[in-house]
Amino acid sequence: MSVQTTDYTVSEIRSPAAFVTSRVFIYGALVFWAFVCLFPIYWTITTSFKSAVDVTQGHLIPFVDFQPDWKGWRSLGLSPDSIFQTSTVRDEFLKRFMNSVITSVGASSLAIVIGSLAAYGLVRYRYKFAWFKNEDISFFFLSQLILPPVVLALPFLVLYREVALLDTRIGLVLLYTLMVLPIVIWIMRDQFNSIPVELEEAALVDGLSIWGAFFRIVMPIALPGMVAAFILAMVLCWNEYFFAALLTSTDAKTIPVMVASQTGSQGINWWSMAALATAAIAPLAIIGIALERYLIMGMTAGSVK
Amino acid sequence: MAEQTSTANAWQANPADLIPAGRKRLGWGLLAIATLSLLAIIIVQVLYKTEMSTVGFDTWRPVVYAYILWGAALGAWQVLTRGEDGQRALFLLPALLFTIAMVIFPTLFGFYIALTDWNLSSFTGRRFNGLDNFWQMLADPYYRNALFNMVLYVLAVLVEYVIAFGLALLLNAQIRARKFFRVVFLLPLMLSPVAVSWMVGKSLMEYRFGPAATLARHLGWDNPAFFSDPITARISIMMLDAWTFIPFMMIMLLAGLQAMSREVLEAARVDGATAWQTFWQVTFPLMLPVSVTAVILRIIFKLKLADIIITLTSGGPGGATDSVSSFIYREYRDRSNVGYGTMLAMAYLIIIVVFVTWLLKVASRFVRNVN
Repeated sequence: MSVQTTDYTVSEIRSPAAFVTSRVFIYGALVFWAFVCLFPIYWTITTSFKSAVDVTQGHLIPFVDFQPDWKGWRSLGLSPDSIFQTSTVRDEFLKRFMNSVITSVGASSLAIVIGSLAAYGLVRYRYKFAWFKNEDISFFFLSQLILPPVVLALPFLVLYREVALLDTRIGLVLLYTLMVLPIVIWIMRDQFNSIPVELEEAALVDGLSIWGAFFRIVMPIALPGMVAAFILAMVLCWNEYFFAALLTSTDAKTIPVMVASQTGSQGINWWSMAALATAAIAPLAIIGIALERYLIMGMTAGSVK
Repeated sequence: MAEQTSTANAWQANPADLIPAGRKRLGWGLLAIATLSLLAIIIVQVLYKTEMSTVGFDTWRPVVYAYILWGAALGAWQVLTRGEDGQRALFLLPALLFTIAMVIFPTLFGFYIALTDWNLSSFTGRRFNGLDNFWQMLADPYYRNALFNMVLYVLAVLVEYVIAFGLALLLNAQIRARKFFRVVFLLPLMLSPVAVSWMVGKSLMEYRFGPAATLARHLGWDNPAFFSDPITARISIMMLDAWTFIPFMMIMLLAGLQAMSREVLEAARVDGATAWQTFWQVTFPLMLPVSVTAVILRIIFKLKLADIIITLTSGGPGGATDSVSSFIYREYRDRSNVGYGTMLAMAYLIIIVVFVTWLLKVASRFVRNVN
């Protein structure tokens, strides 16, 4: 989506006073909402540097209100002075972190592979399974989107125990793939639809098989769409809590589950909680900022003709 | 399977692509062997699990492997017996087999569990009890309360929509640093709802020291407890959820605004319409299809609302903030009541399938009528 220069709205050609008022209003609203979006993140990050007193007194500004300290990060074993020492908390954290990385990357990749293939097939060919035509198959895939996690969670709990997939990363990967597959198919269908069919016809005339044409001609063109779908899927999988909370216990616990289970016997250690929350949101925040273009592309696929 | 009809975007199957009989036989043989071994494994396993035979596996995992191999054989059979048509079917098969295995089977199984009396913490195990769970559900005031809360939560989408539309309009206005604001507005969507409920819900909105509570005191609210009485607690949950999901609608609406043709707005301006009139009579009607898509998608996500409630209030105070998902989650987690919980989940599934189907119908008629 490109940034377009907007032409002047009506108020801007009226009078200088009206112009200034509208500018003040627009920027005021923008800054206000930016504050609403950023303050909780600021609060989370600064709290990870606070000691107990600073938290309970609601101190806000580092160096002015309170003296920042690596307290939260030290409790995770990630502060400069503790990073080279052995730390069980850090090992625990890194294990959860890796679980999150593996499950979300694994599920997104699997969903991209089978989702892209299915989307391509649905866009280019006519299928007929018994009385199911293309539209019905597409609807079948997309309708999975409304399936709430609770409906699947309990049957899966029982089934996974039977097939020994409970508390495994593979089990989570499979479920997350199912969860993001409709979204991937939705985005990729839109992508493939925008590629002119003549390209593949030319490739077929040149002697490529249909799979050759797909891999050599279509895939490179559809790559941005795949990146978009991948990132959106990543976001959903990384933040997923419901299945992870029900289906994992020790081995495959992910970061959100670890965050949710941080209640100590003497109340909550806000600094370590904040450090953990920061670590949980940082990867996606960075990806979101760096690859915002793709994220937007993924979210707007198919919604605007 | 992949029937080839001559349409604009499909090619005629190559008539020279005749498949020798031997290859066809190979394909059928492969499929037959795979199907038979899948069935054999299932039968062996069923017999073992029902203790009618001593040969078998400890878990059902081999059946999963057999299913995967069977899927591969199905693909090979398609290619071997149908040539290029089979290769086309191969695009669709993995996703289809995956989804069928992951959805149809568990859902059917779920309907069976829903009809049993099964508590994981009791020793009696699973017992079929027909519609008992269903009658219990109809009499359950907490479930009804959770459903009622879902209605409120879904209605809150309209408020979110208004805010998202406002933000999209702001971002679409002629402003500097548009990309900066867009990224910032998008950020809440990236954040894990669990981390957000801890750091915002439990810390930022903390009664004693949270900055939000301090601010509320300054604004004249003497007793800023965000989660203690039912109505405020509901509103707080709605606000938190809105905070994370407004960017989603905002981005879709922004895309719609940017795709709108400039000429129409220009024409309205030339005709002397005020900004207010332009919005209501040009922008808003033109944005209706995008708006409907955004709102429906948002409602679908809203119907799954659980994470924030589970971590923040566990449905409290007194079930006032419970969503159906969080209620069932506790039914399972705290009371290990698998049979009853599944019945609630299945009833919920039916309710939302009916609701979303109705919603899609109404929406498409609505969009058609207005345009």
